[in-house]
Amino acid sequence: MADTQLLLGLSFALFALGLVGVMVRRNALVMLMCMELMLNAVILALVTFSLETATLSGAVLVFLIFVVAAAEIAIAIPIVLQLSRQRSSLDVEGYDRLKG
Amino acid sequence: MNLLTVIVLLPLAGFLLNGLLGGRLGRTFVSVVGCGLPILAFLATIKAVTILQTAGPDAALLEVAYRWASFGDQGFDVAFYFDRLTAVMTLIITGVGSLIHVYSTGYMKDDPGYARYFAYLNLFLFFMLTLVLGRSLLVCFVGWEGVGLASYLLIGFWFEDPAKAAAGKKAFITNRVGDAGFLLGLFLLYWALGTLNMDEINAAFAGPVAPAVSASLVGLLLFIGATGKSAQIPLHVWLPDAMAGPTPVSALIHAATMVTAGVYLVARLHGIYEHAPEASQIVAVIGVLTAFFAATIALVQTDIKKVLAYSTVSQLGLMFLALGVGAYGVAVFHVYTHAFFKACLFLGAGSVIHALGGEQDIRRMGGLWRRIPITFGTFAVATAAIAGIPPLAGFFSKDEILWFALASEHGGSPFLWVLGSTASLLTSFYMFRLLWLTFLTPSRMSHDTEHHVHESPFSMTGVLVVLALLSAIGGFFQLPHFLEPLLPMPAVSESLEHYEHSFVFVAVAVAFLGLATAAFMYRGGLARGEALAARFPRLHRLLDGKYYVDELYQAVLYRPLHWLSDRVFLGLGDRLLIDGSLHGLAAITRRASGRLSRIENGQLQWYVAMAVIGVVGCLVWVWRNG
Repeated sequence: MADTQLLLGLSFALFALGLVGVMVRRNALVMLMCMELMLNAVILALVTFSLETATLSGAVLVFLIFVVAAAEIAIAIPIVLQLSRQRSSLDVEGYDRLKG
Repeated sequence: MNLLTVIVLLPLAGFLLNGLLGGRLGRTFVSVVGCGLPILAFLATIKAVTILQTAGPDAALLEVAYRWASFGDQGFDVAFYFDRLTAVMTLIITGVGSLIHVYSTGYMKDDPGYARYFAYLNLFLFFMLTLVLGRSLLVCFVGWEGVGLASYLLIGFWFEDPAKAAAGKKAFITNRVGDAGFLLGLFLLYWALGTLNMDEINAAFAGPVAPAVSASLVGLLLFIGATGKSAQIPLHVWLPDAMAGPTPVSALIHAATMVTAGVYLVARLHGIYEHAPEASQIVAVIGVLTAFFAATIALVQTDIKKVLAYSTVSQLGLMFLALGVGAYGVAVFHVYTHAFFKACLFLGAGSVIHALGGEQDIRRMGGLWRRIPITFGTFAVATAAIAGIPPLAGFFSKDEILWFALASEHGGSPFLWVLGSTASLLTSFYMFRLLWLTFLTPSRMSHDTEHHVHESPFSMTGVLVVLALLSAIGGFFQLPHFLEPLLPMPAVSESLEHYEHSFVFVAVAVAFLGLATAAFMYRGGLARGEALAARFPRLHRLLDGKYYVDELYQAVLYRPLHWLSDRVFLGLGDRLLIDGSLHGLAAITRRASGRLSRIENGQLQWYVAMAVIGVVGCLVWVWRNG
């Protein structure tokens, strides 16, 4: 029981860390990493709950999320790469050309 | 054989041929088609008249061309009806019409719009024949509107000149006012009687059971339509302006045929007017007032066509006077004689204008009798005819009108007779004034114009001679007697019965008095006339300004309507209410979106923060309410 609470607390802490990271950091690469962090925090919570309820579907879902995360990062990294080539900067504040 | 349908359709064929092919196939083709088909229609009319004559005095030919609309067991047929009244009108239209077509081949010879001109002229004949031959008022109305259209097209024939195009519009719009009355009368008749066939309407009003509609009201509404088409007060303003069209058009449409449509309508529906003494009274008074006032205006006009235009208005007034006192046959008699002498006068004026290279001001004419003798001779005969000099045509018809204006039991009165006779005197005076100033006084032409004066070609002078001949002898045909089986004469009041011959002498005296006065005033040129005008400057200005009726309409109708449209409908309604509300809505959206678009600042962090705030907000809401 204590383990579960510990794991959920860790998951929450990781999520909060990622969220704050995305919100305050200006570096696109760091923001991506923080987003990964949030994703992993959610996966941790998922696994924890699936242990708690002793069902396998939670564990299976984890792999699905891994695949999605990998695909997502495979697209995000080239975008960031292109951006940095254009401006030689990773600061997201410079990239506001699409604003309304 | 569908003779009547053929009569109507021949000019339409001419319109289509000339309108579609005339421009390509050359002038000879246009002349042959343009003149040939009306002449064929004239011959067909003569054939129809001979058939009618064998059928008896009050018989009628009836031909249903096709069923136009049917609903239930009722419907409207396009049917043609041919009795003696129609016969007279159709003969005038196709006969005088054909002559004027022939004349036009000379008059319009060098005009670039030659084919278009003949196409319009044929179109006019088609609609005019529809008007007089239609059995149903609805078919008649189609023709009625159609001649308005053709008149508009022909008045504005030289549409490059804005004044002429405006004259066309004025004629069309003024006629619309009258047409509103015509339509209302039509609705009322159909509502009350369930038929629009004119013979059935007459029969219904003559029948033992009075129709459930006031004859006076219907009569008045239809008369409003007639005032528009026949240029009676208060809708007379368009006819003088209509002189902007080519002169043969003025002769055909604005003198001989179209403007008499109102007279035809009232005569055709005499069954209504016989039972509508109030409406008849109004018709007579409007008619005599128009005759009188138009004659006074004609006294001071200096444009040869304007004098003739006001004289036409005046003569139409006399016709309505005859209608108003119940002498329908006499009115048609005057339509018939007037068609000859007024067409002759207009065509003569056209010949003068042609000879002088476009000059229309009689102050710069004079001495033309030696130079263009055929035009002078025919013009003189027609002038004497319209003035009422016996034994020319105008004398007979005018004398009878004035006699019935006094003696008819159906509303005749000394007042009508006095005004009518005065109008007749003025007519004689201004017509001889025109004759003297144009032909007889010493020449006042510029040297340049004088050098070019030439007699018109045979196509024009030949027509003039024929028309002058008809103006001379046309009166011997006793048309009212011929029409009496259809259009009975009003009873003559007994106290006057024996004085008819004395009134003939009065009428003759009046005509010669006008002749003598005009000869005295204008024999020596303009001097005496101008001296008289200088002695009564205000009266002269009033007449010269045509009683300021145009100005009155400008002030009373045009300006308030313009103000209303400009300020209320355009300013308040369109700009403020409709545009304003739409612009207001757009401004609100624009301002709101301006505020909202500040959120979209392009900063990822800001977007994330908004998303987080949103998610947190959702969670809080679920937690509070869930």
